Parts: sequence; structure tokens; C-alpha cells
Amino acid sequence: MTGPAMPGLALPGLATAAPLLEVRGVGKAFPGVQALADVHFVLQRGEVVALIGENGAGKSTLMKILAGVHPPDAGQLLLDGELVELHTPKDALARGIALIHQELSLCDNLTVAGALFLGAELRRGPLLREREMAGAARQSLLRLGLAVDPARLVATLSPGQKQLLEIARALRANAKILIMDEPTSSLAHAESERLFDVVADLRAQGKGIVYISHRLGEVTRVADRVVALRDGRNSGEIEGRAATHQRMVAMMVGRTLSQPARPSHVPGRVVLRVQGLRTAAFPDRTVDLELREREIVGVAGLLGAGRSELLRALFGVDRRLGGEIEVGGERLGEGGPAAAASKGLVLAPEDRKLQGLVLSMSVMHNLSLPTLHRRGRFVDRPYERALSERSISELGISTSGGEQIASTLSGGNQQKVVLGKWLAAEPKVLLLDEPTRGVDVGARAEIYARLHALAAQGLAILFVSSELEEVLTLADRVFVLHRGGIAGELGREQLSEQAVMLLATGAGAA
Amino acid sequence: MKKVLGIAAVLFAIAIVATVWSRDESGSSRFLLPENLANVLQRIGMFGLLSIAAAFVIVTGGIDLSIGAVVCVTGCVLPWLMKDQGVSPWLALPLVLLLAAAIGLWHGLLIVGVGLQPFVVTLCGLLLYRGMMRYYTAGQTKTFGAAEELRWLATGRLPLTADFGLPVPLLVLAVIAVLTSIVWTRTVWGRHLFALGRNEEAARFAGVATGRLTVLAYVACSLLAGLGGCLFALDVNSVQASNFGNFYELYAIAGAVLGGVALRGGEGLVLGVVLGASLMQLLQNTINLTAENNELEFAVVGAVILAGAAVDEALRRWWRRGR
Repeated sequence: MTGPAMPGLALPGLATAAPLLEVRGVGKAFPGVQALADVHFVLQRGEVVALIGENGAGKSTLMKILAGVHPPDAGQLLLDGELVELHTPKDALARGIALIHQELSLCDNLTVAGALFLGAELRRGPLLREREMAGAARQSLLRLGLAVDPARLVATLSPGQKQLLEIARALRANAKILIMDEPTSSLAHAESERLFDVVADLRAQGKGIVYISHRLGEVTRVADRVVALRDGRNSGEIEGRAATHQRMVAMMVGRTLSQPARPSHVPGRVVLRVQGLRTAAFPDRTVDLELREREIVGVAGLLGAGRSELLRALFGVDRRLGGEIEVGGERLGEGGPAAAASKGLVLAPEDRKLQGLVLSMSVMHNLSLPTLHRRGRFVDRPYERALSERSISELGISTSGGEQIASTLSGGNQQKVVLGKWLAAEPKVLLLDEPTRGVDVGARAEIYARLHALAAQGLAILFVSSELEEVLTLADRVFVLHRGGIAGELGREQLSEQAVMLLATGAGAA
Repeated sequence: MKKVLGIAAVLFAIAIVATVWSRDESGSSRFLLPENLANVLQRIGMFGLLSIAAAFVIVTGGIDLSIGAVVCVTGCVLPWLMKDQGVSPWLALPLVLLLAAAIGLWHGLLIVGVGLQPFVVTLCGLLLYRGMMRYYTAGQTKTFGAAEELRWLATGRLPLTADFGLPVPLLVLAVIAVLTSIVWTRTVWGRHLFALGRNEEAARFAGVATGRLTVLAYVACSLLAGLGGCLFALDVNSVQASNFGNFYELYAIAGAVLGGVALRGGEGLVLGVVLGASLMQLLQNTINLTAENNELEFAVVGAVILAGAAVDEALRRWWRRGR
């Protein structure tokens, strides 16, 4: 372990300089919870430090203290050895600390140049100097390897391009420290690779980077050092080279989690048969597939390959242009999600907060929402209570009770509520879109175990995931999509990152 | 519920102010005169219906600016049917309500089917319906003549004491309020309506028929507005298309919002809506009784609502910080 006083990777000639950033004994309490207690953290120039921990471990609070959103109750912040107080995000930015947001926060209706200069526009009197801004924007984006027209609307950028734009914004403000919160959570594989290159570049330029991620595979790749938090305290620190998956998990959860192997099983009858399905996103492609009882099947592919669109069309949230769908031998007609759910086909969607849950409603009301109408015209309160109690205990949702408002749950628990509400509909086929996005390792293992158990009871599961690691651990077989069509299918023994990428990029298309 | 208690407290405070300020030389309060109380309660009954109407669509995250115009339509068509066409009152009333419901259906289909903004659809409706009524009535005043049995719905009193009778419109409101409250809180339909108001996308992903539900909310709104319009017309017995029901949509919306129905949708209690509408009427009555001239009426109503909203927001922040 590296002690706080021992600089790790100082640049030559700066050997005597204080670390870029030092956090000494910081504490922060919110009503009813001690979010951080006596936390130490050091960041050197040209260093990438990964901050890991389960949801609620205090990562976000520490990040917000560094970004000037919350003032700490106790402890000190030092920048270049100088004691500082950060009162607002603007303060932090003026001192060179920039937060790259998890939810991409750029205004969609601006042009690339407009977004880059927002709040710091180049002006001549009251008039904007559009041409100079466009030129400067082009330059700063090229430096990050992003060649886009500065006049393009932000809304037309891919998530990866938006991320780079945010980084460019931070660099324009002369940021010395960049805090990246789950930067790859909405990026496709190739875009993530690009981001890692950019991170390596920034590090070579002497920037300090705090990298927060649930994806431990990434952490080992980019981090020089890994710092773990648990229950608001430091719970370990390790050199990046020595950071194995197991050691990091042990630091985060304080115990070793073993991923139980999928129990052996024999697929049963075909419960989902899709023939000639055409979606609005790819009207000239058709999809055929079959899914059997007790199977867990992954859908892989690059971002924009039509994975979510496939699930949405199956569930009937998006209109189908053509094709036949049979669920459990019965033909599924038009009629949208309600018809699909009544036949036993359900979808836990990609965006939990927008599509999966009514955040301002209670856990209980969210759980009963899709099935309440099956219990008559009037609200069946005993049913709701029983369902809520059963789901909370069976899925291990940590909540103060069914009355708790869904928005106050952690990501993992929210996802369990989404699962619970559809399990109440007793589905034959469960469609999952990014089942563990933003879910911490502990809850992730619980969700995997739950999915294994459900499959063992006969449920057929079709899931989309951008994390190859997840596809590889969960799936019995994988369909790889390329531009809306199935580029190939891989059995369990053929599954590897290379095989999936080959098909996903269209290289394997025969 | 906390909000409802707050409104009830304000309502009580205004009643006391009204009682005290409206005393005449002999010291007896004009506010407490049986005739005044019955009059206020009658108006609460009628405006309460309009506020519940408005609340139905505000709960879905929408708005209906045509409530006053729908009041005008039913107020003109009902006497036309009865007096000019000689239709029996017991047939005319359902026909007029059907017309109101059809207007709501039209709004709902434009909003859900065509995808227009509720604000635009109902703003154009406001202009369209009132304009049509002015044209067809050619500026004439519509009256019922002798239709005493139907007018009882609006002007009738159920005697409680020798000099005080409970106005019938208040009973109509009570029935509608109880029914609406059951629909909102006890039926699956109501649960879906509120889920839709809070997050339409998630409701759709949960298999809720959001389109049909939205249309139904607009039908319920116009139907109740139409019922209110019939009562207003039967009450005054002289309807001028140019001003009958003018601004009533704003009273309706203000009552609902004062009563705790959130404009962003998915939040509200019927009891709060009724209290909100009562507050509006009580305020107007107080001004009428106490002010030298009631030209200031609008200004006072506006100022009181604004002050109420500011205090509510300040209390909320204070409460949140205190936690």
C-alpha cells in the first residue's frame, strides 16, 4: 500500500512537489447517515487513480466534495500542497478540478462549438465570435481524436462523442484534475477503447484522473492505483498492476464473492419463436430466432446494432413492421406491451429511471403496476401488500418497506423492483436490456444468481448487454447483431471476446 | 394530506376574517347571514365541479383551457333544446352532457392520436366553441322560461333550519367528489392515471394503455365542465354567449392547483381540490362583502394565490433543510 505521504509517480524535476490533490481525513454526514468518515486520498500528476466501492460506499459523496458541490464537515483538501476550500462547482473548476458527468449533461439543442464554449463564449461586445469558436472547437476536439463538424447539433453525437466533448470542455477550462464517473456506462466497446486511449494521453500530459467505475475489467486496464471505499471509509488500496478482480472485490465488499457456476440444465420446449421480424430502425433486415425453456441467451453487438430495438419490438413498445411472434405456442398479435405481458412476454427496459420505474411512486405501487388490473377493477390492497412483501424477501430488495419511494433506492435495488414487478406477471419469456447497468458488484452477483434460479425453474431469458464480461458469464449462447440483423450465433464453448467482436464488427459475416 | 390540512387552515382563517370584517353597525356579521352562506355554498358546488374537471387532466400532466367555453356551450345549448326545440328536460340534460363528453373525446383524440399539445388543442377549443356559440345565438340571450323542476338542480335548497337550506349544487358536488375520489384512489384505472401522470413512459412499459387513459381523462374533464355549465345556466336563467363562463377555466385551474394538484402531473387529492375551489369562492365573497368597490376583486385574488404559493414553497424548503 502507498501511504499518503509517499508520492508514487511524481514527474522528474517535481520530486519535491506536493501531490496534485490530497484529501486528509475528510468526513461528511447527511441527516441520518455518515456518508464519509476520515477518508484519505492522494492523486499525483500524471496518475490515474480508480475509486471503487459498492453503491452507497461514499464514492459519489467524495466526488461531490472534490467538485465543490458539498462542503466537507471535517478534514482538509490540499491542491499542490495548498489548503483550499471549495464552495461551489465554479470554485472547483477555477482551481482546475472538473467533473465529467455520468449523465451526459450537455444541452442537446446546442451545436458542438456552442456546447464547448457554453458559459465562456468568445465575444466582441454583445456579439458572439462564432467563426473563432468553431475553429477553436475543431482544434480542441481533434486533439482528443474527435473529428466532428463544430456546427453539428450535440443531439446527433453518439454517447462516446458526447463524452469526449465533455472532456474537451474540461480541458478548455484548464482542468488539471478530471473526475470521471462511470464514463463507459453508456459507451459501446469500440468507444470505450477510444476513451481509454484518451485517458492514457491525458495522463501522459500530467493530468490527474480520478476514475470511478463498477466495471473492474476496465479498472485494471486504466488505473495506476486503485482506492476502495466501504461504508464511507477507506477499505484498501492497491497498485494497478496487482489489482486482480478478486482482490478488488474483497476490498469493496470485505469478503470474497464467488460467482457460482451455472447449474447444468437441459433446455425444454421452444417458448419464443420469432420469424421475419422487422423493426422500424432496420426496415430492410429480418430477424428469426428461437428461445427454449431454461435457456439464458445473450444478444451482443455494437451500440446502434439494433439490440434494444429488437427487444422493444418483441415487447411491442415499438411498432413491428412485419413478422410473426409466438409465445408458448400462441401467436402474439398487435396490442403493445399489455398484450405481450398477458401472453407471458415481458421486458425489463434499458433505462430504469425513465422506463422501468415510476420513480416518485412507492416500491409497492411499482411492483403491482403491471398486474393490478388482473385482480379486478378495484385496487386489491391485500394483493399489493403480499406481492410487495414477497418480492422484497425473495429478491432481497433492501428497503425500509413497500412504502419507500422508488427514487430513494440504489440502482441495484431499483433493478430488483423492475424484475419483481414482471416476475409477478408469471412470464414465460423475460427480456432484459442491460440488466446490471449502474448496479454494484454485490447486487450484480445477487441478480445473476436470481436469473440462474429463474431459468432453472423454466423461464427463458433473452438479454442485451454492452458488457462482454456479463454476456460471457451469463449466457448459454449468444446472438450477435450487426446492423439490425443476426450476424451469427455462438454456443457456450465458442464464446470469447474475439469471436463476439469479429461478428459484431461485421468481419465474420458470411 | 399535509397540504390539505394547510388549505383547510387557510380556509378557516379567511372565514374568520370574513366574519369579523363584514360586521355592520349593529355588530352582526353579514357573512354569517343564512342567505349569504347558502349563496357561497351554492357557488362552491358549481365551481368545485369545474375544479375537479380541471384536476382530471392536470393529473395526467395536461391542461384544459376550454372549460369556460364548454360551460358556455352547454349553457347555450340546454335552453335552446328545451325552450326553442321543446325537448323534455329529462332528455335535454343527458343530450347536452353527451355533447360535452364528445368535446372531451375530440380533445383527447387530437392530443393522443394527432400528437398535439394539450395547451394548443384546448386554447383553440376555447376560441372555437365560444365563437360558434356567439354566431349561432346571434347575440341573443338564452333563457329557460318555465323549467322549474330542472332549475331545482341549481337553485334548490334542502331546508335544514327555518332560515337556512343546503344548496342542491353542493350536494351534486359532494356526490361527484366522492365518486371521483373512489376512482382516483381505489380503482386500477385511477392508479394507472396517476402513474401515467408521473411517468408516461414507464407506465407504457408496464403495459398501461396510456393513450386510451389520456383520452378518458379529457372526456371526464369536459363532461364535468358540461355538467357545471348546465348548473350555471339553470342558476342565472339568462345566458349571453359572449360572456357566459368567461375565465371559468382559470378559476377551475386555480382551485385545483391551490388544492395541491401538481401541474407536472401525478399528484392530487379530491378533498384538496374541493377545498381549493372553496377557498377561491370564499375569497371572492369576502371581497364583495367588505371592499368599498369590488373592482379590486381580481387583484386581491391574484395577490392571495401568489402569496400562498410563495409561503408554500418557503415552508417546503424550510422543511427540507430541517431534515
